[in-house]
Amino acid sequence: MSKALLYDSTICIGCKQCEQACAGQNKLPYDDAIAAEELQSEHKLTVVMTRGDKFMRRLCMNCQDPSCASVCPVGALQKTALGPVTYDPSKCMGCRYCMVACPFSVPKYEWSKLVPKVQKCTMCPDRVSQGKQTACAEICPTGATKFGERDELIAEAQKRIRENPGNYVNHIYGLEEVGGTSVLLLSAVPFETFGYRTSISKDPLPMLTYQVLSHIPEFVPLGGMVLGGVWWITYRREEVALAEGRLPEKKNGRKP
Amino acid sequence: MKDSIVPGGGPIRLTFWKIVFLLLMAGGLYATFVRFTQGLGASTHLSDKFPWGIWISFDVLCGVMLAAGGFTLTAAVHILNIKRMHSIIRPTILTAFLGYLLVCVALMYDLGKPYNIWHPLIMRNPHSVMFEVAYCVMLYTTVLALEFSPIVLERFGWQKPLKVIRAILIPLVICGVILSTLHQSSLGTLYLIVPEKLHPFWYSPLLPVFFFLSAIAVGLAMTIFESSMSAKHFGLQLELPVLQELGRVLVVVLGIYAILRFEDLARRGALKLTLQPGYEMYLFWLEITLALILPLILLLQFRVRSSPVGLYWSAVLVVLGFITNRMNVSITGFEGSTGVRYFPKWSELAVTGMIIAGGFALFGLAVKYLPIFSREHLLEEQYAEVQAPAPAVPALLEHAGD
Repeated sequence: MSKALLYDSTICIGCKQCEQACAGQNKLPYDDAIAAEELQSEHKLTVVMTRGDKFMRRLCMNCQDPSCASVCPVGALQKTALGPVTYDPSKCMGCRYCMVACPFSVPKYEWSKLVPKVQKCTMCPDRVSQGKQTACAEICPTGATKFGERDELIAEAQKRIRENPGNYVNHIYGLEEVGGTSVLLLSAVPFETFGYRTSISKDPLPMLTYQVLSHIPEFVPLGGMVLGGVWWITYRREEVALAEGRLPEKKNGRKP
Repeated sequence: MKDSIVPGGGPIRLTFWKIVFLLLMAGGLYATFVRFTQGLGASTHLSDKFPWGIWISFDVLCGVMLAAGGFTLTAAVHILNIKRMHSIIRPTILTAFLGYLLVCVALMYDLGKPYNIWHPLIMRNPHSVMFEVAYCVMLYTTVLALEFSPIVLERFGWQKPLKVIRAILIPLVICGVILSTLHQSSLGTLYLIVPEKLHPFWYSPLLPVFFFLSAIAVGLAMTIFESSMSAKHFGLQLELPVLQELGRVLVVVLGIYAILRFEDLARRGALKLTLQPGYEMYLFWLEITLALILPLILLLQFRVRSSPVGLYWSAVLVVLGFITNRMNVSITGFEGSTGVRYFPKWSELAVTGMIIAGGFALFGLAVKYLPIFSREHLLEEQYAEVQAPAPAVPALLEHAGD
């Protein structure tokens, strides 16, 4: 059902063709200078990082239960059933809560533009909905980035680790992180080497806010009744006191 | 501002505060020009690593908090029926109304596409805390406008709409209190989704509770502060018994907050961190000292709690302390995880300065032209001066809609 990407860094040769294909797909500039950049930015949505002879990709994880889509007040970011987390710039009002909330700090902003957009990898939603692979997976010459069904890719990743335990750290990054992501990573060296935090929560983060928000429908009528009740009591007491002549007429408050 | 109660003739005298005001306005207007011609990148020190800066931390988070006196006092007067506090409700509602208007102004600077600010009206995501805050702030600003409207209606003697407002006042106040409870706490809920990014001093599942309780504390403190300032600058009689009562409630709220805060730190195992020297630790203790330790030491003494000066300075400390708290939650707490030291650019400060100055100026103007303070509070000598320009309002209408 849900599509995903499996990136196996042990097969990656660091050719950066995925970066170039991504730029082409998203109509972003790409040249040697940009190829040398090791940070995701508003003009570079995926990055191949190099540490010695090891490589690692960085892109939007397209979480199964994404924080960005959960926090977006106008629903500009959406998790689609197919897997991609899409972005509609015409809805966005630029509050940048998605950038604050993202556990991987993926969304980037076009700070220099007067009409700025959020930029992030959206897992090629147009291609995926047409049944095609993402641009990065299609171009990959070694199959390091592989596109497919998430369940099948997980089984595949487990098989690779099982068959070559010496080649991999025993961890599929994205299988459980923040409740699972649509990008799965395999690595020969600890993920921290490339700045991936493995201490990250295994539960989807949106529950943290939703379990508070979901009480609002009960709170509003309850609060209204309590406040209304208190008001009734305090005014009734005053009324009774007045009737019994215990209060001088309109004490303290209003002018005579 | 001292002379603003005396309207009228003669050349405009340039006092120190007027010069400060004009400078802040000029700086702010230039920064506005930069912001809307060159974008957020040129006008702020915001970055992909640090997407929220002082316009959110101070102008929005602190702005909403500082305006909390509105719902606190309307609840005390209209729901709890504490009549003694009636005399200070108008300036408090004015403060709150101006506060929320200025928060909306600040949002227009901070939003990347401010002309889309109305989008939450039709594009709804009920899972988003920001969506809820947007709705509450929008609705509560409307409520405040209605709560404020009797003052304007009275000024022009429009009786019919006054009657309508008076008829719906209690439901209106109840709506205001509920909406405030929701969004004051929700500003804390905003940060619940970043357990790994926000420093353990400030990330807590109780953030919504802390934000709500501190909003009440600051609402009370701001009311004391603003009443004291008004008494001094507009030559009004100080409502000392009322402020003393607010001070007593303030002690209780601060006490509850302090107990919860430290119990929460202890339960999350963050208490030992508060003794390890470091950037976050210093700012944490600055916040705690200003917001809790000093005000509690001061206000727990009867002598301080009953003196105008003691109340004033305790209130100032509480306000500064919780401003530090909001800045810590939204800036300091993120600097560790993002590895960025954020300090606002001059243009961010200039806009904030202009907004604050605008708030003070609008308050002064409102006091000058609208029946904010009832006449019995004016000292004798000013009474004569004010009476002349103020329109003859039938005595019956005084406080009609409060």
